[in-house]
Amino acid sequence: MIENLDYVTLQHLWWLLCSVVGSLFLFLNFVQGGQSLLWQVAKTQTEKDLVINSLGRKWELTFTTLVLFGGALFASFPKFYSTSFGGAYWVWIAILFTFIIQAVSYEFRRKPWNILGSLVYEGFLFINGVVGILLIGAAVGTFFTGSNFQLDGNNFVTWTHPFRGLEAALSLSLSSIFNIAMGLFLVFNARTLGSMYLINNIELGEVPDMEPRLRKACLQNLILSLPFCLIIVGSLLFMRGYGINDQGAIEVVSFKYFFNLLANPWLLLLLLAGLALVIYGAWNTAKTTTTKGIWFGGLGTVFIGLCVLLLPAYNNTAFYPSKVDLQSSLTIYNASSSPYTLKVMTYVALGIPFVLAYIAYVWWSMNRTKIKIEDTGDRAAY
Amino acid sequence: MIENLDLGMVNWARAQFALTAMYHWLFVPLTLGITWIIAFYHSIYVKTGSEEWKRLTKFWMKLFGVNFAIGVATGIIMEFEFGTNWSNYSWMVGDIFGAPLAIEGIFAFFIEATFFAVMFFGWNRVSKRFHLFSTWMVAVGSNLSAVWILVANAWMQYPVGQAFNPDTARFEMQNFAEVAFSPYAVNKFVHATSSSMLMAALFIISISSYYLLRKRHIMMAKRSIAVAAIIGLIASVFTIFNGDESAYEIAQVQPMKLAAFEGLYEGETNAGLVAFGLINRDKKVFDTQDPFVGFHLKIPAVLSLMANRSFGSFVPGMKDLVYGNSEQGILGAAQKMERGQNAIDSLNAYKQSQKDGDAEAAANHLTAFNENKEFLGYGYLTKPEEAVPPVALSFNAFHIMVALGTLFPIIFIGYLYFSMKGKLEEKKWLLGFGTITYFLGMIASQAGWVLAEVGRQPWAIQDLLPVTVARTNLTSGTVQTTFYMFLILFTLLLIAEISIMVKQINIGPEEN
Repeated sequence: MIENLDYVTLQHLWWLLCSVVGSLFLFLNFVQGGQSLLWQVAKTQTEKDLVINSLGRKWELTFTTLVLFGGALFASFPKFYSTSFGGAYWVWIAILFTFIIQAVSYEFRRKPWNILGSLVYEGFLFINGVVGILLIGAAVGTFFTGSNFQLDGNNFVTWTHPFRGLEAALSLSLSSIFNIAMGLFLVFNARTLGSMYLINNIELGEVPDMEPRLRKACLQNLILSLPFCLIIVGSLLFMRGYGINDQGAIEVVSFKYFFNLLANPWLLLLLLAGLALVIYGAWNTAKTTTTKGIWFGGLGTVFIGLCVLLLPAYNNTAFYPSKVDLQSSLTIYNASSSPYTLKVMTYVALGIPFVLAYIAYVWWSMNRTKIKIEDTGDRAAY
Repeated sequence: MIENLDLGMVNWARAQFALTAMYHWLFVPLTLGITWIIAFYHSIYVKTGSEEWKRLTKFWMKLFGVNFAIGVATGIIMEFEFGTNWSNYSWMVGDIFGAPLAIEGIFAFFIEATFFAVMFFGWNRVSKRFHLFSTWMVAVGSNLSAVWILVANAWMQYPVGQAFNPDTARFEMQNFAEVAFSPYAVNKFVHATSSSMLMAALFIISISSYYLLRKRHIMMAKRSIAVAAIIGLIASVFTIFNGDESAYEIAQVQPMKLAAFEGLYEGETNAGLVAFGLINRDKKVFDTQDPFVGFHLKIPAVLSLMANRSFGSFVPGMKDLVYGNSEQGILGAAQKMERGQNAIDSLNAYKQSQKDGDAEAAANHLTAFNENKEFLGYGYLTKPEEAVPPVALSFNAFHIMVALGTLFPIIFIGYLYFSMKGKLEEKKWLLGFGTITYFLGMIASQAGWVLAEVGRQPWAIQDLLPVTVARTNLTSGTVQTTFYMFLILFTLLLIAEISIMVKQINIGPEEN
């Protein structure tokens, strides 16, 4: 069957697969959200250790999903990989730095002779949880607002802004407001998810004082995320976008993303269902004694992520628009790998359900017993 | 494009990649090798139920965990560095190079990430058998990731299964099986994993020797040494034989690299292998200086045997490869540059003709391009001598690696012999030397990668894409800044890692 897929279908399929990986990453950002909540919800050493050991059993999944997101984009849309990473240099370097310092922090934080002291490693986790996610959000925002690059005849990139990507969040423009709103929405959403995950995973009976703090944090962060969500949704309905016309040229189109939603009503459905699930999960977590909110919030986040990543690419839209040279903009048609490579990768992707299945089984095996104080006493503990 | 080249930027980008790769490789071999040994120890514990084996398993697992974390931290940057610092490369070969990285993510990293948590925290959460299975899966996952990244690296050295598409101006995959099962990739994987197993054995020997010298954890140290010495001996012999196979492969597909690491300027029949010698750092390929400073010793005809499996065969030297050797039918870099320039001109003319709508002219230019396309990369060189990699660095890296690689099986035999005689604790000199063997292994392993990557210069993709074209359009100041940022951060983390490791070793395998 895969052999018979045409090039355009393969390009759509691979953008969908990358979007699924990206959306799962946004769900797994509960790790980053939980990290940024550490000092807020955990007041004693025991509580801190419980939070870190709960998140520490999952941080690698988030990290690996990010790596896979990069790898999948490299394999399927190499022009995006080369244009964005090579062009928006500083923003990607900053994001990577926050993930480098995260990777050692769980293992090193409580180990004797760790040189920097546990507070510094907790600071690293906070930076990763806030700055890393904020910048990722701002980078995703540029899928809608555009970036400052030109491609030459060989498709080699020249970035025209001296901030090299950081201008997405640091310049005084409407675009920046949208990008920052996207980043802050992801930060607060990650914190909402983080509180819900910790409620689900920690044996709260052993730390009764932490439970109300977690439930309060869940509601606070949900409320904080909503204005940014409104800015994003409102902008998407009214902003101009970058479309591909019948001649294959890129042009600015008024209300492009609104029209994309109308053309693909299932995306609108995903967005609304996603928001409803996140709100339902977080509200229930805050107002009842439920521990299951993370599953609603997680699924909702995946739905929102899918909408956000598919909306700027489907329906003849340039997903990585250039503000300075429209015709350099990237679409899923001009940025993708060859049909042969996409077919090979599609065969490879048949293994993904198997991967998801063993992850789900291991997750269930490890999470069916909640994290207790005794789990933080082992020498292997974080 | 090439006219605007900032060579300083290219060199800083190379330095940055070398820095991150070398830091990463400080931790990876131990991960690749020790996971198998831990799985072996863990299996004995599950089989026997002995608490001593459990303690031993948990102890090595603990050290592995500290090492693994920093390995992950230094690894993420490498994947993304292809995009940040080598964006032209990412575009030109992403169609081929991206696939192994994505497959590595899907099939290897997730195995590691998923089962890692079970391996460390599953002692009382999952069944004993599933826990053991998870430990084995971490070893499988780690080594599977090595498969795919080495497939990607091997393709850079020996770019098979691809063709240049003049319409998209990039290299595209034609045959995935050729890429995945390239003989170069197979050799690279076997050499990297067997040498990593050797490294893990040296790590265990070093720490266990320290314990024996301090008369601590004697039973654990002896058991650890017994297993490590056997595994290390097998791995080291395997590494040597496979290294010979790798050299043969290099001679066939990267003759310039072979000539450089042997300091062979003039081609020879019955070429000898340098057993000892100091390379002349000032010598250039076009001058008449002696390649060596003072005395040097060559083993006659062995290089010919290594390169061509025949004592009497001709091994081309750097001069032959730069200026050509008609007698031996060798096309020099100078001639290749001319044909490469023709390929570039034809490609540009083809594109222009297409733009002008002149199909006939486009077809003619395409034919001309196809006649010269295998030399495309040479068209970007500015002088033939640029085709020569840094000779002294390649030579020294190769000879350090070989000398140390020859020493390791002798060390393992010594440990095995005295262990079997029951006299290991008395041999203080061996134990003392044993404590530093891990560092010798590290030097050999790093030297191996220096040889592989420096010896490939000036190419990002052998013969097809020089590093000067593969780069991102950045200023040298930008890359210099991030170089120092990485240097400071990685050094800080390395110091923390070593400090934690030393403390954990001092604490030893006792439970809290």
